[in-house]
Amino acid sequence: MIMLFYIAAAVAVISTVAVILQTNIVHALIYLILSLLAVAVVFYVLGAPFAAVLEAIVYAGAIMVLFLFVIMMLNMGQQSLDQERSWMGPRVWIVPSILAAVLLAQLLTVMSQYNYELSPTKVDVMEVSALLFGPYVLAVELASILLLAGLVAAYHLAKK
Amino acid sequence: MTFEVGSGLSIAVILTTVIVVAAMLIWVERRLLGFWQDRLGPNRVGYFGLLQVVADMIKIFTKEDWIPPFADKFSFVLAPAIIMSVILLSFSVVPFAPGVGVVDSNIGVLFVLAMASLGAYSVMLAGLSSDNKYALLGALRAAAQMVSYEVFMGISILGVVALSGSFNLREIVLAQTDGWYIIPQFIGFVIFLIAGVAESHRLPFDIPEAEQEICAGYHTEYSGMKFGMFFVGEYLGLVLISSLITVLFFGGWLGPSFLPPIIWFVLKASAFIAFFILMRAALPRPRYDQLMTYGWLFLLPVSLVNLLVTGVIILSTQ
Repeated sequence: MIMLFYIAAAVAVISTVAVILQTNIVHALIYLILSLLAVAVVFYVLGAPFAAVLEAIVYAGAIMVLFLFVIMMLNMGQQSLDQERSWMGPRVWIVPSILAAVLLAQLLTVMSQYNYELSPTKVDVMEVSALLFGPYVLAVELASILLLAGLVAAYHLAKK
Repeated sequence: MTFEVGSGLSIAVILTTVIVVAAMLIWVERRLLGFWQDRLGPNRVGYFGLLQVVADMIKIFTKEDWIPPFADKFSFVLAPAIIMSVILLSFSVVPFAPGVGVVDSNIGVLFVLAMASLGAYSVMLAGLSSDNKYALLGALRAAAQMVSYEVFMGISILGVVALSGSFNLREIVLAQTDGWYIIPQFIGFVIFLIAGVAESHRLPFDIPEAEQEICAGYHTEYSGMKFGMFFVGEYLGLVLISSLITVLFFGGWLGPSFLPPIIWFVLKASAFIAFFILMRAALPRPRYDQLMTYGWLFLLPVSLVNLLVTGVIILSTQ
């Protein structure tokens, strides 16, 4: 199981890097979907099957579809590809790389002080639901109000 | 090697059976359509035209497999592989009979929904990478249709999940020992059936590939085995939806004991496959906007009310 975790985590990291490096926007999106699916596998291996499958349904299955839908409408051709390539010069990488390296070093220092033991406890659908409709019911209701507001706004915009 | 849930042997047998059945359906559908439309259908090759499938396969395998020079090769090749993989993966959670299945997952229902939502990429990427206006139109229609009907599909199953108290498809079947869910969840069944047709985009909901309007829609540019994968993928989807209806609403393998459980499952699933083919023979295609309006203004409220009423009844009888 722990081997699966490392493989999935490696896939997630590599595909996320590929999202940034890819100049073709559709390919970048496919890598992003792959990265989300890898994260879903990570959730599953860590003992959260419900979170894993929701990650696959909501992020990989619904939100990314909308991204792809928008890309279809935008008619990105060779022109945008060339523009992306021209932005991807070596000098662009210097400052972000330094900043990211600083953050990574900090993260590694903090993490090295703890001794994590990876012993997954399985959290099933029932337990997640009991938590969502027990102590966290207010958050769930607030989120539903937010979504409802979004729905009404989208309806209003589409009607115009 | 023993034949049990998850053994290598059962995985191999289920995989082969499902693909062979899907390929055979190409012939079955043409014969049944012929029967219902008062003509013969393919009956020349072999007994009753049975070898027509082999002939079709030889043709499809030896055809030139052409990738248009203007297409985006990566997504163009990936698209047909996605539809085959996600549908075959969905079969892994389907319980065919006691002891027959690939995996007993506690998130079976959700897994099927996740795979269905990933299936939308196949159609979208095919249309987008083809760089063809008909294909793009088909893909746009497919994206909207599949994302919308996924919603009603998910909500319509929730009644069954609430009644059985489980996302595990095998437990859902076992919970129907006292009575199939078709009776308490009839509305859920009808919505699931309609959404299932829309998800597998078959007639009357084959709007993404409506050949009279937009050539062949998203797979206009495909040929050879890549087209074959879309083609077989459609029939695999048909088998999957029929199996799911059997499992969720018609008691899966349950039935009087004079026939073995697996036969009951096959009989029920075949009846639904035949019903889907009859729908293709009998119903005209709606307009695209009619499909969307029907979904959001009719199916969504009905499925929500169905879920609400089911919840109230479960709570009041407990």
